[in-house]
Amino acid sequence: MTDYLDGNAAAGPLSEFFAIDVTTARGRCLHCGRTDALATAQLYPNSHGLLLRCPGCTEILLRLVDTGDTVCLDLHGLSFVELHRD
Amino acid sequence: MRTGWRVAEVIGVSQETRTARTLRLRLPGLTGHRAGQHVDVRLTAPDGYTAVRSYSVASALPGDELELTVEELDEGEVSPYLVHGVSVGDQLEVRGPVGGWFVWDPADPSPVQLIAGGSGVVPLMAMIRAHAAADPASPGATAEFRLLYSVRSPDAAYYGAELDELAGSDLLTVTYVYTREAPAGSPVPPGRLDARALSIAVLPVSANPAFFICGATAFVETVADWLVQAGYPADRIKTERYGGMGSTP
Repeated sequence: MTDYLDGNAAAGPLSEFFAIDVTTARGRCLHCGRTDALATAQLYPNSHGLLLRCPGCTEILLRLVDTGDTVCLDLHGLSFVELHRD
Repeated sequence: MRTGWRVAEVIGVSQETRTARTLRLRLPGLTGHRAGQHVDVRLTAPDGYTAVRSYSVASALPGDELELTVEELDEGEVSPYLVHGVSVGDQLEVRGPVGGWFVWDPADPSPVQLIAGGSGVVPLMAMIRAHAAADPASPGATAEFRLLYSVRSPDAAYYGAELDELAGSDLLTVTYVYTREAPAGSPVPPGRLDARALSIAVLPVSANPAFFICGATAFVETVADWLVQAGYPADRIKTERYGGMGSTP
């Protein structure tokens, strides 16, 4: 079993981009169509950022690359993101 | 309160177990937080190397203070410093509290089943404390709470006296599963949690409880699978696996 965390642990790094907690938003996987809260995705932290993978098909939903001076967000594995207003 | 790194001051430290310590921090500007949220802690070495780790908040305090309970990990980059190196008056870089998913909402009247593996009890303790401190008029204040706590041995358990006291009320039941060493005189020998013991300890399917499970990956996945097999809806089960957030050069 590969060790990974839950998407909710990405709330801190993603807070640099989003004014709300985007881990509670529902995202649809571009590859398999599964739609669920980003908090339920599989989080793979690494030495220069993180990956979120779809819990259904394990394709990449989101990549965050942090070089120190810049931080880059690749969202192309998500075909939409839906927020609920409280 | 969501974005950016801020400086917190350590205002209290207390030993929780032989390998874990609770740090009380003051974070200027903080006005409470949700039960189950975490903070990211960043340490920077003199050469600029940084390491970031996430720690669940253990407390449920209304103001600008919060508590983290940190377990020392073998070969950890951050936890040994937090468990042994930090003193009252020191400063730490902190981001958060963050996370709106693995949280208990006092407006939710659902009964709550908490399941902890080892130090995974920390965010669940924040929920228990928030429940105990909830406005009596809030729908969740009178919700039944149960904690199933899988822990290596009695002396490895966190928050023992406080849990004993809270479990004396009608609103909280605590069941321990000792995996390596049971208390003296225990009728149950030590051993891992299994599906049968789980089904006896947790709220029934008919109660439609909200589940919060926190622990190591294998524990969390095994327990969540058993619950789904026992007929609990997957969308009522929230999980948090613990581990590091990596480091940046």
